[in-house]
Amino acid sequence: MKPAAFEYHRARSVAGAVGLLTELGDDAKVVAGGQSLVAMMNFRLARPEHLVDITHIDGLSGIRREGDTLRIGALTTHRAVEKAELGDFGVLSRAMRWVGHLPIRTRGTVGGSIAHADATAEWCLLAVLLEARIVAEGPAGRREIPAGEFFLGPFTTALEPDELIVELVFPRPAPRAALTEYADRKGDFALVAAAVDLDADRVVLGGVGPTPVSADCPSSGTSHSRPPVSWADAVAGSLELRDEPGISAHYRRGLVRTLVERACEEASCGC
Amino acid sequence: MAAEPPPRDPHLRRDGAWVGASVPRREDPRLLAGRGRFVDDITLPGMLHAQFVRSTEAHADLLAVDLDEVRATPGVVAAYTAADLDLADITAELDRPPHEFVPTAMPVLARGKVRYVGEPIAVVVAKDPYAAEDGVEAAVVEYAPLEPVVTDLGALAEDAPLVHAEAPRNTLVDVSLFATEGIDDVFASAPVVVEVRSKTGRQNALPLETRGVVADWDDRDEQLRVQTCSQVPHQVRTVLARCVGLDEKQVRVTVPDMGGGFGQKCVVGREEIAAAAAALRLRRPVKWIEDRRDALTAAFLAREQRYTVRAAFSADGEILGLDADVVCDMGAYSCYPFTAGIEPLMASAEMPSVYRVPAYRVRGRAVTTNKAPTAPYRGVSRPQYVMVVERIFEKAARALGMDAVELRRRNVITVFPYTGVNNITYDPGSYLESLDLCEATLREEGWFSRRSDDNKVIGIGFACFSERTGYGSGAFAQRKMQVVPGFDLSEIRMDLNGTVSVTTGTLSHGQSHETTMAQIVADRLGVPYDRVKIVQGDTDRITYGWGSFASRSITIGGSAVAAASVKLGDQLREIAAHLLSGDPEAAVLEDGGVRVGSSWLSYADIADVAYLKAHLLPKGVGPGLSATASFDVGGDGTFSNATHGCVVELDPGTGGVEILRYVCVEDCGVAIHPQVVEGQARGGIAQGIAGALFEEVRYDDAGQPLAPSFMEYKVPTAMEIPDVRIEHLETPCAFTENGAKGAGEGGTIGAPAAVLNAVNDALRHTGVELDDTPIPREAIFRALETS
Repeated sequence: MKPAAFEYHRARSVAGAVGLLTELGDDAKVVAGGQSLVAMMNFRLARPEHLVDITHIDGLSGIRREGDTLRIGALTTHRAVEKAELGDFGVLSRAMRWVGHLPIRTRGTVGGSIAHADATAEWCLLAVLLEARIVAEGPAGRREIPAGEFFLGPFTTALEPDELIVELVFPRPAPRAALTEYADRKGDFALVAAAVDLDADRVVLGGVGPTPVSADCPSSGTSHSRPPVSWADAVAGSLELRDEPGISAHYRRGLVRTLVERACEEASCGC
Repeated sequence: MAAEPPPRDPHLRRDGAWVGASVPRREDPRLLAGRGRFVDDITLPGMLHAQFVRSTEAHADLLAVDLDEVRATPGVVAAYTAADLDLADITAELDRPPHEFVPTAMPVLARGKVRYVGEPIAVVVAKDPYAAEDGVEAAVVEYAPLEPVVTDLGALAEDAPLVHAEAPRNTLVDVSLFATEGIDDVFASAPVVVEVRSKTGRQNALPLETRGVVADWDDRDEQLRVQTCSQVPHQVRTVLARCVGLDEKQVRVTVPDMGGGFGQKCVVGREEIAAAAAALRLRRPVKWIEDRRDALTAAFLAREQRYTVRAAFSADGEILGLDADVVCDMGAYSCYPFTAGIEPLMASAEMPSVYRVPAYRVRGRAVTTNKAPTAPYRGVSRPQYVMVVERIFEKAARALGMDAVELRRRNVITVFPYTGVNNITYDPGSYLESLDLCEATLREEGWFSRRSDDNKVIGIGFACFSERTGYGSGAFAQRKMQVVPGFDLSEIRMDLNGTVSVTTGTLSHGQSHETTMAQIVADRLGVPYDRVKIVQGDTDRITYGWGSFASRSITIGGSAVAAASVKLGDQLREIAAHLLSGDPEAAVLEDGGVRVGSSWLSYADIADVAYLKAHLLPKGVGPGLSATASFDVGGDGTFSNATHGCVVELDPGTGGVEILRYVCVEDCGVAIHPQVVEGQARGGIAQGIAGALFEEVRYDDAGQPLAPSFMEYKVPTAMEIPDVRIEHLETPCAFTENGAKGAGEGGTIGAPAAVLNAVNDALRHTGVELDDTPIPREAIFRALETS
């Protein structure tokens, strides 16, 4: 469990990082908290020839509120979000308790989680749920990618190899939103995760497909009066699931129903 | 020379004893400050690093191993196959006839055939661990795959391929130890017969410190020096010497601080032999540290067993008979020295547990499969058979319409010594008392009323059991082991200023022996425990010892240490009486010296005479202060016991299990250091919960391991393990020197049964019963969904 040889590069600015990525091409990987990449390198499942360390770039970390918009720098740690007072974006802080364990939350970064694109990762679900925009900088400058178009498959995103995620932009508050999960052990990747935004009539699920899955919600009447139970049944019923080793489609569907219902309860009480 | 004794140490118990006081641990200052010295902390000049080319096939003929590219890899110094090193095989034997036991050889490196994914094929030695892994990747191994044997039932199938050609039906052990005459009639006429079919998952004992070794050849001592984290250093020496062709005295095995063993390190591993052989060949130090992936897939595993057990009961709840079939899936090889017999023999011998079972029949088998081999793991079959027997009492209680605790009360052994249908004599314990206290504790805490809350799915489960500890030579010989690791031998010495050093053939791998053994000596000699140095884990400094396993250290090792202390005390009294012109019979060891009448002489003064002024010694007494004593447990050993009570709440929406409360009422006789005993219980319970609810080493149909990391191998964390309330009972052992019984394994033994019973109790309204572990959450979900 020692990684294959690689060359280490330390970027001092976003432009510098982009320059390195452009120069090194597909053989380079960005490293920040290293909570996923380094483990994969130790197993030699990932063997980048170059690592571009972005942790010494100033200004990529921090949370800024601008009117109804919340901007989170790519290097912001999960723990920093967990501890922040985010008001009507509080769902982000509350969801952080599901991210690994404290040491992982202390090192892992928001941008890293989005770039890694695990289909059950909390940040990926939250980004899709709250229709966040992912701000990436490449040789041609900055662009904003809607989260709904960002996750293409397991560990696959719309990010180009020479682009760096610099920021996440959450365009609207979500005072009645919640994320919840189930795994046999706390801190594990979820078997199923469910995130709901009652005000936007949105449900996003993790663990039911190769990327975060936006489920169909019955969309009649005002969101305030919608009974969560029928939502949960409808969402669970709409999914196409297959039996897998150790977990049947029936059980997974049951978890979806339970977790959507619980997320709705948590969202409506805002706790 | 007479003087006044020093003031009493504040840590002493009120009655003046060190034994029984939870004194500060001698180990703590270094371990808690990160100044411990573990194998991986050792760096020697010019040291190289070893890694292994391992089989990627579960079962295959090994056609060719090409290491040319390995040797050409930058940083690689050497690479060896079995043919290069030409080492003797490791073979463990039992004195049993061929129809009961088939010995199989375990080559240090695979030769001709591979039998599990992860089996070592070649050792690569490089300048650093990175280059060693690069080298491993460059190996080209040509296999001719064979059909793998992946399950116990598959192994026993008539047309199954053979893992070892010499073992028909893949059966290494097949013993029927007991068959009470007329047992079929007992079952035929019994009013109630219940059956449990239970399969337990394969587990990894998972010491946090993985296996490892640093070996180098010392030209001055003409000795291969091996520093390794083993529970059995002398056995490593013996096997290593045999494998590489050295004399015993040409091998020195020492053990630094250890981060756990739990049985995985009480057998001799292949990698430490191969790494040491490489060091011998290269005349350079070689280090091997097992990485976590290898630890999870290729280290000795444990626990996978299948039980089919019937029990007959009378109408008023008296157990009439037990009829059991046990199949243990031992994986690819017999471990040294215990053999594949250890699990089926343990289960067969001890399954009647704490109950008065009048009729008993058992067949125990060990089968070999194409999975990583197994070693003893804390509890050894007892977690499984206790779980099965305790399930039987729950099922029988239901069939009889009785309370399960009450049913146990009616059947538990209460008169001691008790000789069972299994020919084992049980020394006094507190079986009934522990059961009563455990139930009363949960009742007082209000759990029984919470259990009847209809809005919650709450269950309470119990496990009442005993645990044979301190297996002496006789008990192992009864198992027909060729190597009988029973006795322990201790040498004690007092040095010039009155400090004491004492050897023990046992060794601490986290159990605080530097403290507890010192407490024992301190009481015998009347010195503060921090004046006693424990010497352990060094084959040059310690006469042949058996190490630490089977909860033997305090019972046997502690008794040897105590006996040696008494002998030294006799010497001290004789010399002091002579110097003070008193009667040796009237001399008392006290306060770090000897009191004879109104005079008192410090040990330092006595040692001064013994070493520096030998002309003052009494006639016939030689210079120096030292003594040797040994201890062995006669008869059947001593039984610790406990009752565990567990409260769980199930989540109908997810099938999730939360342990709300855990109570352990334990009796290990005299607890030398109650806090250490509680630590043993808590850690053991955590490992038992792990087996009941979380951990499983799964394989796919091709024999590929499915849990190579902690993502898949679900070790519970502090988040999953509840706080445990521990209550102590004390039934002193009559024949160990300190009244102590073993305390190392009980936690692990009771927990699976208590958890499984609690889950089933919570499912009582569903009609579903779950008897396999780890308990699948989906099964709980489905049971609750349909109810």
